[in-house]
Amino acid sequence: MKVLVPVKRVIDYNVKARVKADQTGVDLANVKMSMNPFCEIAVEEAVRLKEKGAATEVVAVSVGPTQAQETLRTALAMGADRAILIQTDQDLEPLAVAKVLKAVIAEEGPQVVLMGKQAIDGDNNATGQMLAALLDWPQAAFASEVVIEGGKAKVTREVDGGLQTLNVDLPAVVTADLRLNEPRYASLPNIMKAKKKPLDVKELGSLGVDTAPRLKVVKVTEPPKRSAGIKVETAADLVSNLKTAGVL
Amino acid sequence: MDFNLTEDQRAIEDAARAFAQAELAPNSARWDEDKHFPVDVVRKAAELGFAGLYVREDVGGSALSRLDASIVFEQLSYGDVSVAAFISIHNMASWMIDRFGSEELRRRYLPRLTSMELIASYCLTEPGSGSDAVAMKTTARRDGDQYVLNGTKAFISGAGTSDLYVVMARTGGEGAKGVSAFVVEKDMPGISFGAQERKMGWNAQPTAQVNFDDCRVPEANRIGNEGEGFKFAMAGLDGGRINIASCSLGGAGLALDTAKAYLETRKQFGQALKEFQGLQWRLADMATELDAARLMVRRAAHALDTKNPKATQYCAMAKRFATDAGFEVANQALQLHGGYGYLRDYPLERIVRDLRVHQILEGTNEIMRVITARELFRA
Ligand SMILES: Cc1cc2nc3c(=O)[nH]c(=O)nc-3n(C[C@H](O)[C@H](O)[C@H](O)COP(=O)(O)OP(=O)(O)OC[C@H]3O[C@@H](n4cnc5c(N)ncnc54)[C@H](O)[C@@H]3O)c2cc1C
Repeated sequence: MKVLVPVKRVIDYNVKARVKADQTGVDLANVKMSMNPFCEIAVEEAVRLKEKGAATEVVAVSVGPTQAQETLRTALAMGADRAILIQTDQDLEPLAVAKVLKAVIAEEGPQVVLMGKQAIDGDNNATGQMLAALLDWPQAAFASEVVIEGGKAKVTREVDGGLQTLNVDLPAVVTADLRLNEPRYASLPNIMKAKKKPLDVKELGSLGVDTAPRLKVVKVTEPPKRSAGIKVETAADLVSNLKTAGVL
Repeated sequence: MDFNLTEDQRAIEDAARAFAQAELAPNSARWDEDKHFPVDVVRKAAELGFAGLYVREDVGGSALSRLDASIVFEQLSYGDVSVAAFISIHNMASWMIDRFGSEELRRRYLPRLTSMELIASYCLTEPGSGSDAVAMKTTARRDGDQYVLNGTKAFISGAGTSDLYVVMARTGGEGAKGVSAFVVEKDMPGISFGAQERKMGWNAQPTAQVNFDDCRVPEANRIGNEGEGFKFAMAGLDGGRINIASCSLGGAGLALDTAKAYLETRKQFGQALKEFQGLQWRLADMATELDAARLMVRRAAHALDTKNPKATQYCAMAKRFATDAGFEVANQALQLHGGYGYLRDYPLERIVRDLRVHQILEGTNEIMRVITARELFRA
């Protein structure tokens, strides 16, 4: 069984994002980039499926600039078998990414697409769901546990107010939530071995997919700065203030 | 000439940074306070390949270059100087076995050293001979197919906890050519350990004397030939000096970043400290010194990797410069924090205490000048 893991190169989660002066987006010049943390969790889960014998091959795919090769190498160092980069300098919307992935899936024929529930840059939380719709496959989003057996995936999902367990037929799209696993560190020997694993690069244009934007970003701004609070003298003051604010 | 790290080196750096930030940095203050040597965590580091960085692959090593190792130690020490420095000593001792030991010795010990199932120490210094290491008194008298070791080694990092001791001892007459190197196991009869030294820093790892009292070591545990031990010990130190210097870069890097953040937030006289030009210039000088140190360390590592005949000199100069600069940067960072820098709530006083010893060990910085001058006059 083949598992396809889409991974995205995003601004590193430790970096304090700064908005560009012209408010068109986040400034990425000279900023540290890494694999989206939810994608890391998806790679880890796929590699664990392979280690358990449930999967036979793990293929990582990224849609992005040349530098996304580094992100794919990270996936290879963690244990993916090979990687595909669909190269583009365009910043694609979730729908476009889903269409590109659909084209890759048509060629690769995976039984499971395991991906992060969202990327921490745009926080869209949409690509996995859109991909499932385009493919007309079952989807199980926000997985906190994945068991593959007998042509089905049993997926425990984190939903408001508790856990829900789904049985989905394969092929299916599963998206990883934070508590699915704790990704491993890539060891130094595996980082060196990752260099020798196959990494195919294809131009986005060669797929014949319509990736024209459907959305227009009007402006991007910093969140408002926290303003100073007030000091209250007594507990009674505190309670009455909270009541006035409608919190109590 | 390309001053950028390669893609591989960036990946290695990221891996070391991720480990150091998650596993070392959150605990370093507590380990220092409790004088706790986190054996479980160094074993975790070993799982990622940090224990045999430049040991060959057939015995579980990572087979990286000295430059790669320097990049790793800088990141690890950004998380915890004391733990990173200990891992560097383990690497040095393991490398001596890999580089100079017999095939049998390599196979017997290195697979367990690269996984850190066995932890190794390096024993050169004695109570009466530090800088003048050649004057060592510990003897190894041959008796059939064994050697009988007698004497005391001082200041041994890891002593008491380590499982293996790479020991330099005298098998022949006076001078360097009378010294041989041995691998002594912790359980061999006749080896014992002194009390733990009470130290200014490096508290997350033990230091103690190691005593040999008619300690019998099989001949098979000798590294290389009789009389070659001192040469091996010095070869180990060339690389060891790069590692220790790299550990100064990491500790000073954390001090610099902490000071920069502090200048941005701390206000006096109605403005952020960073608005005072005197302090801006101080920070600029710290960054400049640190960068110069990093360039020298990486050049020295590259010289070792490429067997440059001046490697020993470059290593000595880089160790001298980087450990002095590292301490100075940390001390200035403490100063920029005012009274808060003196408190254990901030990492500065710990970094200062940890980096101070880098100017003393693996050859004092005076000895680094002795070596540099000797090489200058040789040319
Ligand atoms: C925490 C710690 C851990 C250590 N770990 C280890 C270890 O794991 N293994 C190990 O073998 N050793 C270890 N050492 C020992 C360390 O390498 C020695 O302390 C160091 O080499 C200096 O030797 P010494 O202390 O005997 O000082 P001395 O050699 O007595 O030096 C005293 C002073 O005289 C100066 N001096 C000496 N000779 C000259 C000269 N020719 N010209 C100019 N100045 C000179 C020195 O620079 C120094 O300032 C450790 C030391 C410490 C503090």
